[in-house]
Amino acid sequence: MSIIWTVSGDAEILSVVKGGIPVKFMGYVRPDGQVGARNYVAVIPSVVCATEVVEAIVSQTELTKGYFHHQGCCQLPPDLERVMDSLIGLGANPNVGAALVVSLGCEGVDNERLVEGIAKTGKPVEIIRIQELGGATKAIARGIEVAQKLVMAIAGQQREPVEISNFVMGIKCGASDATSGLASNCAIGYVADKIVDLGGTVVFGETTEFIGAEHILARRAATPEVGEKILQIVEEMETRAKSLGCDMRKGQPTPGNIAGGLSTIEEKSLGAIVKSGTRPIQGVLDYTERVNGRKGLWIKDSPGREPEILTGMAIAGAQCILFSTGRGAPQGFPTVPVLKICGNPNTFAHLECHMDINAGRILTGEKSIEEVGEEIFTKLLRVLSGETTKGESIRYTKTMDIYTLGPVI
Amino acid sequence: MGDLLALKVHDQDNVATVFANEVKAGMVINVRDKKGRIFPVELRNDLPYGHKLAIEPIKKGTPVRKYGEEIGVATQDIAPGEHVHVHNMDSQRGRGDLERG
Repeated sequence: MSIIWTVSGDAEILSVVKGGIPVKFMGYVRPDGQVGARNYVAVIPSVVCATEVVEAIVSQTELTKGYFHHQGCCQLPPDLERVMDSLIGLGANPNVGAALVVSLGCEGVDNERLVEGIAKTGKPVEIIRIQELGGATKAIARGIEVAQKLVMAIAGQQREPVEISNFVMGIKCGASDATSGLASNCAIGYVADKIVDLGGTVVFGETTEFIGAEHILARRAATPEVGEKILQIVEEMETRAKSLGCDMRKGQPTPGNIAGGLSTIEEKSLGAIVKSGTRPIQGVLDYTERVNGRKGLWIKDSPGREPEILTGMAIAGAQCILFSTGRGAPQGFPTVPVLKICGNPNTFAHLECHMDINAGRILTGEKSIEEVGEEIFTKLLRVLSGETTKGESIRYTKTMDIYTLGPVI
Repeated sequence: MGDLLALKVHDQDNVATVFANEVKAGMVINVRDKKGRIFPVELRNDLPYGHKLAIEPIKKGTPVRKYGEEIGVATQDIAPGEHVHVHNMDSQRGRGDLERG
């Protein structure tokens, strides 16, 4: 055995191993067989009205993370289902070791099904109800007690070496510019191919940013049915974008994209899809759908905006998200480390507090796509094994939301 | 002029993307293609980092090509060395404004 052990910060990890020995990372093995890269108690408001109680609970308890979404009531039934399924997925994410649901008591989301859905993973789940407990102050006090018990229940769990095939990688690009499609997305595409080849799962999305490039993705579909589905989700997204009777430009591409040199959605899309690599696309996941052990490359049908798509990746079961940027997007996610790969060397120098990897060296000629790809892959194994990302280190991780389809009523 | 570089991503492209700072009108930029071949183009406009220049004449109403694919259509005749962006090209997708017409 030529397994190489290295020590990095507080994380002891198995590093890249050549010669047919499986590549491993150190993760938390969950009761349902999934493997976490973090070990948090998720504190989940079942409705936007409960978020302030959740804020108070997570500010007072270590290892807890809140999901501060804005949904859960006064929405049409399909959206309420969607919110519930999304919250189940967020509770079921392998980076979550236990969950506390905070309900107001009169919301539209079905709390019993929410708790049952998360409990199916075998992890501890508790619920408190604000109205029943006598208001926010009593709910906060009770919530802290319950959260503390959950934290103590999981805090002793140790990391174990697991094969990289247990890894579900999310991919996203945000605040793109002309460097994204020619540097950072190329390097992420290299990593995506490598994870698929090692037996893992890769999920990419941003259906809006397939517009103008969908024919290329459809050609990569594993079956004709998947190809049809790809064209269908793009058509649906474009129809929604056109429904207000205006040019979608400024919405997509954004003013920042345009300032960065991207003139049209077609140009943005053709650069964006590069991050998915070159392997066959196995299928399309709905926004609330989990990977559930399926391997290979998958599409998550989702919009491009960060809070909603990062949530979509977490719902899918991603333990880490590779995030490509050119202009400098700072977003993270509460329970999932988001690794920033910056294609623009000027931005990397200017926003170093957010950027983990400088893929701009591909454009300056200092490094090849493969060299930066390998650098990302090594960093990824370390982050999966416990190393902190730049975003985590400054706690730029709180913003998230759930993508709904109908109106708030 | 060795540092002034623009990339032509695909053989069929009629634009290249500039990856250099302080690029001004009148400068000669080296456009590099995938095979590493370099040809000079004189710039007609200032060009911000990451923006595109035409590397051949593009007629009004014809496609602008990058990645070997159509990224939009020229809204006026564009000469080699000219900045190609939202002022002289349009998207063909997500155009709710045209459908409302």
